[in-house]
Amino acid sequence: MSMVFAPRLAESAPTSHVGASWSPYDNNGGTCVAIAGADYCVIAADTRMSTGFSILTRDYSKIHHITEKCVLASSGFQADVRSLQKNLDARHQIYQHQHSKQMSCPAMAQLLSNTLYYKRFFPYYSFNVLGGLDNEGKGCVYTYDAVGSYERSGYSSQGSGQTLIMPVLDNQLKSASPLVLPPRESSTPLTESEAVDLIKDTFASAAERDIYTGDGVEIVIINKEGIRRETMALKRD
Amino acid sequence: MRSSKLISVVPRTLPESHLYSFHFIPTLRSIDFFQSLSAYVAVSMSRQPYVTGTSVLGLIYEGGVLIAADTAGSYGSTTRFKSVERMKAVSNNTLLGASGEISDFQAITQLLDRLIVADAMWDDGNDLGPLDIHNYLTRVMYNRRNKFDPLWNTLILGGVKNGVKHLGSVSMIGVHYVDNHIATGFGIHLAQPIFREEWKENMTLEEGTRLLEKALLVLFYRDRSAINKIQVANVTEDGVHISQPYALKSEWNLEAFKNPTASAAGSW
Repeated sequence: MSMVFAPRLAESAPTSHVGASWSPYDNNGGTCVAIAGADYCVIAADTRMSTGFSILTRDYSKIHHITEKCVLASSGFQADVRSLQKNLDARHQIYQHQHSKQMSCPAMAQLLSNTLYYKRFFPYYSFNVLGGLDNEGKGCVYTYDAVGSYERSGYSSQGSGQTLIMPVLDNQLKSASPLVLPPRESSTPLTESEAVDLIKDTFASAAERDIYTGDGVEIVIINKEGIRRETMALKRD
Repeated sequence: MRSSKLISVVPRTLPESHLYSFHFIPTLRSIDFFQSLSAYVAVSMSRQPYVTGTSVLGLIYEGGVLIAADTAGSYGSTTRFKSVERMKAVSNNTLLGASGEISDFQAITQLLDRLIVADAMWDDGNDLGPLDIHNYLTRVMYNRRNKFDPLWNTLILGGVKNGVKHLGSVSMIGVHYVDNHIATGFGIHLAQPIFREEWKENMTLEEGTRLLEKALLVLFYRDRSAINKIQVANVTEDGVHISQPYALKSEWNLEAFKNPTASAAGSW
């Protein structure tokens, strides 16, 4: 281990770094999308895991089932994502022991935000979309940044293909301004199968131009019957 | 097959030592010292590797898992050591291979020895399998990364338990995944494309070994830190067998290599 002693000044102390430097972070790529409906929620993520310009594996799931009604999709630095998933699982287990029931999706949304902010000064490099059914059985989507700032909305995308997908979702799904009277529903007026088709189209489009998105997309659909899973192949280049 | 080593000294740092010992001896870790010191002076803890191993390759075949690596330990651009064991049996059905800093790999194998012993001492009829050890190593590597003091390795972990074959990788910052064929370092660029083209389900031992050797030969030609002395390990449900080191047949009698200075201007 190499170290240098130097007097600490008010602004910053001069240091010299000897030897190969390393970063505690890596971006393993990928894109996550979720769309909320009146009585369903669709969450999807691609299955490619990359590092730099290499593909590590074509078949890695970014989707994690935290509760019966709540699914988390995360892209970014895979080690942090996995650690975050385990953290939430542990907290959920404790909740179930203490309350004899599963956490609701809005409750899990708040927990995720707090968990992320807890590491505000050494963040989880994880870009999350939480999807599920709220306490009334309506679809809900929560979208996050890496340090826990979050918002409930009707649809969202995060990750390397976010900028390619979000405008398409806005074009297809954006509802009227919340200032409009009479107030309009916040969730999207699509049927479940239309939402799934839209997701497939957006991923196929993102895979064309985003090098970190491709290989396959995993789609999870939550409705009152339960949770269902579909996959679709994407371009492997 | 249980190890027949007689363990005469109980390791002081068993993973579950808090369950056996009531004497907690706090150790002053160097990182604690420097972290408290950093309030007063600026301290950098960047590390660098010294003696390193290059690529490790692995693939799943019908009978289990095959993992291969050369036996070179490089010291920067010098091939300092030519008989380094970069793969080690962890238990009778799991094998660990590593690229990167050799001393860190040796520290990891010592850690795993203690883990396996502690697990075996429960004598409860269930032993840690390759998936469990892969998960354990992921947590070890990730936690070291969180303390800004990484073990400078990319690990490949393969094995078979209850008929289920497992092959996975863990990097120095905790990035981990499983697949049917895995490589580290240069192997990602040179070997994986070959595997992606030629790997198939239920390869025989012969086919799997030939595929590994093909990739290792490409690495010998193109990776300057690779040497032509390799070992191939075969992990099955029944046991781990690491071959003796051997060389691959390589071709250097090409026209361009004969009399290389013939057309160089000013050669004498």
